[in-house]
Amino acid sequence: MKRLINLRGGRGLRIALALLPFIVLATAYIAIANQKTEFNPNQRLFPTAEQMSQTMTRMATQADMRSGEIALWADTRASLQRLGIGVAISATAALIFGLVSGGIPLFRAPFSPLITVVSLIPPMAILPILFIVFGTGEMAKIALIVIGITPFLIRDLQGEALRLPEEQRIKAQTLGANSWQVLIRVLLPQLTPRLISTTRLALGSAWLFLIAAEAIAAQSGLGYRIFLVRRYLSMDVILPYVAWITLLAFIIDRALYLISRKWFGWYHVDEQASA
Amino acid sequence: MSLVYAKNLEKHYGTDVVLERLNFTVEAGEFVTVVGASGCGKTTFLKMLLGTEALSAGELALNGASIPGEPGPDRGVVFQKYSVFPHLSVLGNVMMAEELARAPVLGKLFGKRRRRAREAAVARLGEVGLDDALDKYPHELSGGMQQRLAIAQALMMRPRILLLDEPFGALDPGIRGDMHELITRLWKELGLTVFMITHDLEEAFSLGTRVWVFDKVRHDPQAPNAYGATITYDLDVDRNRDMKAAAAATLARGASATHPATEEV
Repeated sequence: MKRLINLRGGRGLRIALALLPFIVLATAYIAIANQKTEFNPNQRLFPTAEQMSQTMTRMATQADMRSGEIALWADTRASLQRLGIGVAISATAALIFGLVSGGIPLFRAPFSPLITVVSLIPPMAILPILFIVFGTGEMAKIALIVIGITPFLIRDLQGEALRLPEEQRIKAQTLGANSWQVLIRVLLPQLTPRLISTTRLALGSAWLFLIAAEAIAAQSGLGYRIFLVRRYLSMDVILPYVAWITLLAFIIDRALYLISRKWFGWYHVDEQASA
Repeated sequence: MSLVYAKNLEKHYGTDVVLERLNFTVEAGEFVTVVGASGCGKTTFLKMLLGTEALSAGELALNGASIPGEPGPDRGVVFQKYSVFPHLSVLGNVMMAEELARAPVLGKLFGKRRRRAREAAVARLGEVGLDDALDKYPHELSGGMQQRLAIAQALMMRPRILLLDEPFGALDPGIRGDMHELITRLWKELGLTVFMITHDLEEAFSLGTRVWVFDKVRHDPQAPNAYGATITYDLDVDRNRDMKAAAAATLARGASATHPATEEV
């Protein structure tokens, strides 16, 4: 028998092991829900799988009487649009500022302390300001995401630029590169995959800010819906919505990872085949 | 006129003197190897030639003009590692120099100009024996192949001097022999002027036309950092094979560190 630390198992076993905790949790939940419902058919805290699927089928197929829209898809579209625009703005700004700050010491000198302080401001604390300035429309929600994750992305990219071996910058200069060329041919291509991997980490925060903003003031969105039905203790909506958000987040994360693997293979050399 | 020239060149960090009283002239086509104990300032010296370390005093000139305070295309360099760009293929790494020269805005060439740059790069890669690895990335190459790539890349700008900072230090002995052949051949064929740092005396004497041994000649027991290293031996290799023993003794003494007054040169 090999040591425990050397046992890995075949592909089939690994997939089965990966699924195991999900199956255990789902089974446990269903058992609890069924038992509670048997005891009290009107309980709302633990909706059964059946109740949830009925509710969600309704929300995913039937148009709302008033707005004429199907709730689940309208909410998903609204939220993904806010998230997409917010993250795209953040990533673009972070790449530009991270690149310039990481590459040009005279820009970094005044900029880096500023961004460090700005990144420490709790974004939720300035949400009221955003609502005051931008109103309660789309702008304030997107602004919250942008303000929430951009400083973090910039700091990370600036750090990554500074961690690149000094030899590379020197080498580029001995090949005749000017400052601009060092930025776009040495730093930019190496910061781009880092941006993707850091954005994957920042997406968790982006969802947080999105749902928080939607909870406070919105007319549609996944976060809006969850906080709306909370008043009626509609766990049969909240739980599937949370699962749906989690699934969306998972798909976005995997997609970014696969894109990065495909376009920036050299960046992923050191990774174990585990992710 | 000599290609590289130094007069009373010094380097201090605060009150610590690293290098002092460096005086030399190097002609075009010489192959200078620099040996010395760890921490004797060899790399600092190379960095001054490269332009990444400022001089503290004295003069250092290339081709009659002071060495600028930053790296430039007249001075090629190969480091022990991190010399090549991990995000570029072998071909991309070698084409970089021409792309930078001809495409100031994008730093990339397209169409006919790209094909021409590619041809030049392929030819140079053929010279260093990498013609069957054109599309590989550096992480797919062995250490020796990476250094071949770094050399090919550094030579694309036709630098006046080529600076090598222990380029073969991390390689296996067998591979190192191949690299010695390569660098000797390129030096002869292209008429290069080379400064190479090494801690391998064997390598220094077999590659160089001139061997410099860096060491401290003045010691103050009360202030160990008051005096810096200088060129204690400047050996013309062909005439001074027998001096290798003396150079080895200097290296050994540097390695064993604490040694009292040595005003022997």
